[in-house]
Amino acid sequence: MSDERRIVIVGAGPAGVRAAETLVAAGVKPIVIDENARWGGQIYRQPPANGGFERSKKTLYGFEAPKAEALHSTMAALLPHLDYRPDTLAWACEAGRLDTLHAGRELCVPFSHLIIASGATDRVLPVPGWTLPGVYTLGAAQVALKAQGCAIGRRVVLAGTGPLLYLVAYQYVKAGAQVVAVLDTSPFSQQIAAAPKLARLPGTFAKGLYYVGWLKTHGVRIERDVTLVGIRGVDGVQALEWRASREGSPTETIACDAVGVSFGLKPETQLADLAGCRFRFDATNRCWLPEVDPARRSSVRGLYLAGDGAGIAGADAAELAGRRAALALLDDLGIAHPRGAGMPDAASIERSLKRIAAFREGIETAFAPPANCASQWPDDMTVCRCEEIDAGTLRRCIRGGEANEINRLKALTRVGMGRCQGRMCGEAALTLLAEETGKPLDAVGRLRSQPPVKPIPLAPEMYADDLAEIPAEARDE
Amino acid sequence: MPSTRIAASQFIRLAETRREPLHFFIDGQQVAALQGDTLLTAVLMQQRRVRESEFSGAPRAGFCLIGACQDCWMRTEDGKRVRACSTPVTEGMRVLTRLAAVVTSAGAANENGDAR
Repeated sequence: MSDERRIVIVGAGPAGVRAAETLVAAGVKPIVIDENARWGGQIYRQPPANGGFERSKKTLYGFEAPKAEALHSTMAALLPHLDYRPDTLAWACEAGRLDTLHAGRELCVPFSHLIIASGATDRVLPVPGWTLPGVYTLGAAQVALKAQGCAIGRRVVLAGTGPLLYLVAYQYVKAGAQVVAVLDTSPFSQQIAAAPKLARLPGTFAKGLYYVGWLKTHGVRIERDVTLVGIRGVDGVQALEWRASREGSPTETIACDAVGVSFGLKPETQLADLAGCRFRFDATNRCWLPEVDPARRSSVRGLYLAGDGAGIAGADAAELAGRRAALALLDDLGIAHPRGAGMPDAASIERSLKRIAAFREGIETAFAPPANCASQWPDDMTVCRCEEIDAGTLRRCIRGGEANEINRLKALTRVGMGRCQGRMCGEAALTLLAEETGKPLDAVGRLRSQPPVKPIPLAPEMYADDLAEIPAEARDE
Repeated sequence: MPSTRIAASQFIRLAETRREPLHFFIDGQQVAALQGDTLLTAVLMQQRRVRESEFSGAPRAGFCLIGACQDCWMRTEDGKRVRACSTPVTEGMRVLTRLAAVVTSAGAANENGDAR
């Protein structure tokens, strides 16, 4: 690799691994930076390497086990051909350079071409009581089981909306957990209405129906079109209160010691933002997304975006988009596309991605987050978990005319400015601001990202000269 | 809600229980965990909190488990900060879950006392 050509991929999930595979097949050796200790991303997350974990991939990933196995073994085979840097946080990005942190040490990574495959987090909306011990995102509930063999509690309520709601419930019951109720905020009618679009991917649709059917035959209570009233407890969750959304419905209390709740997924766009990518409001994802063309080029030259970090489309789409981004990168370098088995061409990848995009529209329709939920949030409900800023504080600031745009609201109240950088509260702050001002979501601004995108230590040793190289054990699989 | 320290654990183990045991310390008390546990799992197998909010003092027990929410940062007895969901628990590790414990152990009443 010549000095002026430095290819970097951020993320070793489905998109990052397939991008790396494609580049390596064309004779290019990329640097792969991943925050996780092991490759696979979130969906194909592997348990810790050294713990003596024994469950099979079939147990861990269910129907998706062959895909997980394929992705894991592809990456394992690629290791000698790339510069893999696990446990490494990319915390800033600007023209031609990333800043990374590994084992407490800063390392600047210059690049000529960069593929960002940063993935997603749960889309989080608050519920009164959601800071109590025992409340987790649905993704967290899944990670506890997948990576640690644990359930988040003894009596678990799973709530919110999205395909993950039913999948986690299925995985929990199958693993022996007690799921006392599945509470979906979306009405069933919405899911029926989305069926034609969902049927664009019959296999995936069928799996979703299977999970729901399986839960019902195993006696798991499923309620749809619900409003989550609040989570109660003193030093931890003791109960969840909910009611049917229909006007005048009574509130019911379910005793439980854990709640998994989230409302779909949200792209991690911070690095693309810091790199200067142009954003547009995406109606399907209900958020601002970095612009990408069908070849996955961003608005910044030499910067490509793949996977859920550029818009939620799921793991299969991420693998395809990772490949497509790598092909675009090869085009820009003037290198021929790799040919052969398992190397689809650009046109067929784009066709598949279009089909998945139509399906995703169906998913977002079927499982839209509850409309006008912010008006029901009590003033004393915490919106910002990091700094305990409540809904009333935000309302006063908005109603006082001091802020009608999200970055101004952030400046005045610190919402979105805490350790999570708005990952947990941003959606809520935007929703509340839109409802209070009577404006659509796309008219109240976009929460700007700031480096570091996650907390980093500020210590002298961070910039010590004797920078540790990537340890050999990171490559020993 | 009972006020005893160990009313119950937050997490329960459903699988992978044959791993090697190890020991570590929560607020000075020795407890057991399993090799391959994250610090978050190890602590939540003993109790329902990993820390207290520096604003309200209310207990917290993590939230996202994937390093995004930053709600599970803990302090070790020697003053280091670790994110429990992405830090493996190790033999002999000593962590603190109480603000008061931080004050006593670090001997820095001003710094931590004010935050309360």
